[in-house]
Amino acid sequence: MSSADIYRELILDYYRNPRNFGKLEKFDIDARDTNPLCGDEVEIQIRVGGGQRIEDIKFVGKGCAISQASASMLTELAKGKKLDWVKEVTKEDIFKMLGNPDLGPSRVKCALLGMKVLKTGVYGYLGAHYEDSDGSGDTV
Amino acid sequence: MLKTEVLDIEKVRADFPILSRTVHGKRLVYLDNSNTTHKPRAVIDALVDYYSRYNSNVHRAVYLLAEEATESYEGARRKVAGFVGAAAKELVFVRGTTEATNLVRFAWGETNVKKGDLLVSTLMEHHSNIVPWQLLAKSKGATLKFVGLRPDGTLDMESFESLLKESPKLVAVTHCSNVLGTINDVAKICAKASAAGATTLVDGAQAVPHMPVDIKSFRPDFYAFSGHKMLGPTGIGALLARKELLEEMEPFQGGGEMIREVFLDHSTWNDVPYKFEAGTVNIADAIGLGAAVDYLTSLSMDKVREHEVRLLDYALQALAEVKGFHQYGPLDLKKRAGVVSFNFADVHPHDLATVLDEEGIAIRSGHHCAQPLMRWLDVTATSRASFHVYNSYDDVDALKAGLKKAGGIFKV
Repeated sequence: MSSADIYRELILDYYRNPRNFGKLEKFDIDARDTNPLCGDEVEIQIRVGGGQRIEDIKFVGKGCAISQASASMLTELAKGKKLDWVKEVTKEDIFKMLGNPDLGPSRVKCALLGMKVLKTGVYGYLGAHYEDSDGSGDTV
Repeated sequence: MLKTEVLDIEKVRADFPILSRTVHGKRLVYLDNSNTTHKPRAVIDALVDYYSRYNSNVHRAVYLLAEEATESYEGARRKVAGFVGAAAKELVFVRGTTEATNLVRFAWGETNVKKGDLLVSTLMEHHSNIVPWQLLAKSKGATLKFVGLRPDGTLDMESFESLLKESPKLVAVTHCSNVLGTINDVAKICAKASAAGATTLVDGAQAVPHMPVDIKSFRPDFYAFSGHKMLGPTGIGALLARKELLEEMEPFQGGGEMIREVFLDHSTWNDVPYKFEAGTVNIADAIGLGAAVDYLTSLSMDKVREHEVRLLDYALQALAEVKGFHQYGPLDLKKRAGVVSFNFADVHPHDLATVLDEEGIAIRSGHHCAQPLMRWLDVTATSRASFHVYNSYDDVDALKAGLKKAGGIFKV
């Protein structure tokens, strides 16, 4: 693992200038979670439009570069997509979005916190329960 | 190697097998000693010796192995108690400081704390000296209040004295902050709290490993510390309390070893401290902790403290030269243990720790089990470098170089 590889321009840019950072005045989904190991926090709000699409999405949070950049990039990806798309997102998609940095096991949780929050919120809205089965809670 | 010239650092380092390994191809620079320390060969040997030569249960059987095990276990109790100026009968072996505070919560708190009582802790405590009192307050309908801090990271004694006027039942305070390194004036705190009628508990987890401690000099009702932070094994620690206080208290856990006689409708308790050591005790690790105490005593705790003060002094000066470095905690070295908590520009501590790890440097990053203190500092986390006997100025220089490298990657 090389830290110059992990903290490439892309991640630092999103950490220092997060896109979609803030809160929505009107929203239908509001989910928040923390990573107890690092104390990372991410809250995502979504306004749902016609056709069950993500009309607008914003996030707020505090934490390491990986957790905050990952959450920000994910909101960009999600905007305009159907809610069902969220169900299809996998941790591999997140790693690819981040440019496949070689994260050690303890930092994977940081990268996947945004996805966990997004899925928790959307599953809840759709009347389902997100089980965190695709590994965002696993450290190995 | 640059030395503090207080300890023979090459000789000390040779006593710690783990220091010969590499991390990512680099020399291990271990600066996470407030979290846990490494173990000298003498401690590892004591564990191996017990298991390979006289493994058996204590206080029961009458054969030679059991006598040897009992003598070693009780010998460790005498050594560990003596190390902090206490008598063997005043020491209860526990898993660590957390189990000690929880023991007090149940064995003392259940009978002594009533509805409407006040419990006092401070803003600089580790969670293990906050959460048990929250649980106790909740179950009893008592109130928990906190002594505030001054801007330099020392306790606000005015806030403490005004809380004493409310006649607290318990004052639970740390001897030394695991984040700020602040060494509290526990003699003054215990004297004033006792005069106000409070029972006192001092968390010594960050003090006993780093400086001479004589609890006779400040007479807390309870004093607790952990073995693994003082070169001993994990899973063993000590709770010290006056013998009469231990005798008054109810048991913590019920079971074997802690009883005198058991009938179907009631039981009577073993003498202290055995009354609080239910079940088969952690024999090997207690013996290992005794070996750690012997090792520290052979170095002299006065020298250990002086060594760490010099490292701290050197580190505060060296690291302040790095752009973006911001440290927390009192600058008066007499009031501070060898702990440097800091932030580095806008780089999150976990990101910094990842970069440093690549250089073989181990620091702690996070909230250090002190979230109320993090909120007081208005940060989500800090990085923390903390020293022990095997650290040298070279380790500080390595940290400084690591910070500069991180500064390059993060364009600080």
